[in-house]
Amino acid sequence: MPINLTINGKPIQAREGQTVLDAARANGVHIPTLCYHADLSPVGACRLCVVEVEKMRGLVASCTLPVSEGMIVQTNTPKVVEERKFVLEMLLTDHPNDCMICEADGGCELQDAVYEYQVAWGDHKGKRHSYPIGADPNPFVFTDFNKCILCTRCVRACAEIQGRNVWGVANRGFNDKIVAGADVEMLQAGCEQCGACAAYCPTGALTDKPSRGKGRAQHFKKVTTTCVYCGVGCNFDFNVRDGKVVKVTSTRDAYVNGMALCVKGRYGYEFIHHPDRLTKPLIKKDGASHGDAPRFVESSWDEALNLVATKLAQHQGDEFALLASAKATNEENYLFQKFTRAVMRTNNVDHCARL
Amino acid sequence: MTNNIADIDNCQTLFVIGSNTTEQHPVIGTRIRRAVRRGAKLIVADPRSIDLASIATLYVRQRPGTDIALLNGLAHIILHSEWGDDEFIAARTEGFDEWRKTLEAYTPARVSEITSIPVDDLFAVARLYATNKPSTILYAMGITQHTVGHNNVLAVANLALLTGNIGKPGAGVDPLRGQNNVQGACDVGALPAFYTGYQRVADDAARDKFEKAWGVKLSSKPGLTVGEMLRAAHEGRVKSMWIIGENVAMSDPDAQHVVDSLKHLDFLVVSELFMTETAQLADVVLPAASFAEKEGTFSNTERRVQRVRKAIEPIGECRTDWQAVCDVANRISRITHPERSGAESKDATRWDYRSAEEIMHEIASVTPSYSGITYARIDARGLQWPVPNKDHPGTPILHTEKFTRGKGLFSPVEHQEPAENPDAQFPFTLTTGRILPHYHTRSMTGRVAGLEQLAPEERVELHPDDAARLGVDDGDWLRVSSRRGQVDARAWVTDRVGHGVVFMTFHYADALTNALTNTAMDPIAKIPELKVCAVKVEKK
Repeated sequence: MPINLTINGKPIQAREGQTVLDAARANGVHIPTLCYHADLSPVGACRLCVVEVEKMRGLVASCTLPVSEGMIVQTNTPKVVEERKFVLEMLLTDHPNDCMICEADGGCELQDAVYEYQVAWGDHKGKRHSYPIGADPNPFVFTDFNKCILCTRCVRACAEIQGRNVWGVANRGFNDKIVAGADVEMLQAGCEQCGACAAYCPTGALTDKPSRGKGRAQHFKKVTTTCVYCGVGCNFDFNVRDGKVVKVTSTRDAYVNGMALCVKGRYGYEFIHHPDRLTKPLIKKDGASHGDAPRFVESSWDEALNLVATKLAQHQGDEFALLASAKATNEENYLFQKFTRAVMRTNNVDHCARL
Repeated sequence: MTNNIADIDNCQTLFVIGSNTTEQHPVIGTRIRRAVRRGAKLIVADPRSIDLASIATLYVRQRPGTDIALLNGLAHIILHSEWGDDEFIAARTEGFDEWRKTLEAYTPARVSEITSIPVDDLFAVARLYATNKPSTILYAMGITQHTVGHNNVLAVANLALLTGNIGKPGAGVDPLRGQNNVQGACDVGALPAFYTGYQRVADDAARDKFEKAWGVKLSSKPGLTVGEMLRAAHEGRVKSMWIIGENVAMSDPDAQHVVDSLKHLDFLVVSELFMTETAQLADVVLPAASFAEKEGTFSNTERRVQRVRKAIEPIGECRTDWQAVCDVANRISRITHPERSGAESKDATRWDYRSAEEIMHEIASVTPSYSGITYARIDARGLQWPVPNKDHPGTPILHTEKFTRGKGLFSPVEHQEPAENPDAQFPFTLTTGRILPHYHTRSMTGRVAGLEQLAPEERVELHPDDAARLGVDDGDWLRVSSRRGQVDARAWVTDRVGHGVVFMTFHYADALTNALTNTAMDPIAKIPELKVCAVKVEKK
């Protein structure tokens, strides 16, 4: 049974169990959020998504409010706007004013909300946190809890997406903070370095360590591809700047894996630009003088290909064998077996399916 | 996989056997954890107390190499408890009665003795899998890398048939394929006995079809598997090889024998990203473009064909492998058929593909299961084969109406001990695998600083009681030796492994675990028994 409600004077139909936020967004009504993420269970922690609902006292967080028949909702009244500005002002009283050097700039949901509501970074006299920056020694997730807004998206992402429960909230009141395990290092708390926490973090509190200083959202060309490691077939976006892969980001559009990736998928791309990459064909030649070990000498493609063709042409038939690759594409493997069968005239083609 | 990955959300019971899913297929691992979080039951059977064991409803530790006894024993209990799906057996299967007879010998007491799993645990596992349905079985190399790998798989399938856990949502027999594109490499015919789509080279009709498509005469004789190629090289029957993107000198069993075999070749060409242990043995090394530098497709473990997209230009003078093979093919044909050079003939002597997409058109034209695949159709979500035509939506779940052969066949299989069991001289069982931060021989992950930081060196998993007996502390150097070689590495004293079992990875060149492993193969699947060999462990 569809549920009828009114949002900003417009009649809307919603499904039972939907929240007011879901229903609004499904109908193109914008409500800002910070702690909310469509993949994660709602907690109503940040109160940025508050709305006015007729016959309900005070402002209500729309991310945890289920729709009900006849509900009349206003998402953008002066009272709502004032409350949202207050929420943002309070967050800024304890947030560094360093967007200019922040990794998250351009992809920061706090920055976007502050911009939308034009909240100035005031000269606050109150207490501020001063956590050590980048204190956790793990190789992949950079921590700066001065930028944490306690939305707990990292806590929920770890628990609900990765199923790992590394993150939690410790203490009370102003001393609230996100901790790994019993306030230990991330790896000690059982972190698998999947980076989901950084992917879901709306600010610069948790960011991808290997990409720091290599560019921000507006600098990257994104190219969606399929991971090269295991058989799950996760999709992700290469973030490319100046012809180099400098970051991998996960995307909700990835059908197989959504935002989830493992440590290799998210952070295992550094080999692409490693100085050890072979960049020219190599031919093994005898040493300069008699008795020297043979060594590889760089050659042109023409020279290498001619040598390969000449040698292989001498062994057409069952004297030849080709080992194809489970790392290569379908198109390449198809040509490898066609080459072996049609050109080399043998069925001696296999790959590492058994290893 | 018979079922799609997302279908894990529909399972009531997940039976994970021989798969360390959270480390080898990590994102499927997270789906299993999420399933447990929502209340699904998890059974883990593994010689090692892997991470999933810690959240399992039931965890059993079988002695390495006793999976058939375990699976037959579970079937025995299910039959005697009348937990089987009689309706499914009658309607969809055959061979039940003959199979049933072979199970009588697998009494709980005997199975417990073979596997070292307590009888009560066998009953608990059998009851949960058979009665809390739908149930799926997820397995990987822990099932297949045995001299009885083929029969292990049949034993898994028998259990699914017995309980009707196949061909429906939440059920299934789900092998998790290891490499990103091992499924695809098989699909497109990089196998000695098959053209694309598992069409047999020995089948006259199939061969005729490919002879017409490619314009050449083709051999009807199935080719050699990896292990057979290496043996043939050693014996001089294979004289030249092209190895593309595989580091066999480290990844294959009995590494020294592999190296010797490759050295016997007259000519070896290797296409690689890096100067691997295998590339060092080559006469010519061709620099290959990485997956970030090319267009194409990979097919994942659930048969989903997905796009690979070019993000950057090839590094240096690297070329994609498909371009390199075209280059070589054209040159060979100029040598062997000089009269044809420059001709406009469309036979196999001309290799003028302009793009990966053009190659996919050709694959679709000769491969029934890929017929409906085009780059436009797979752009956003991929498609799961079989995709028999351009309007077909793909096939998330196999065998819903009937099996490939018609009825599901119960296959009698008997327990057989591994090729090499521990003895007085080599008293430990070595089992091998991988760990989360690394992949295979580390040619890629070893060049990612952070991954190296997480796992910089080999650690031999050794049970605390065995460690105490050997006077070994955590981190001490060990010497592990087998009939084939020896390796030095540090100990990780942990009860992840059982008594008398050690676990090592094959990631590290300086602790070359495959110097120890056994080349004994399954006679049908030709898969080496990397999960069991006998070793001696000493404090160094």
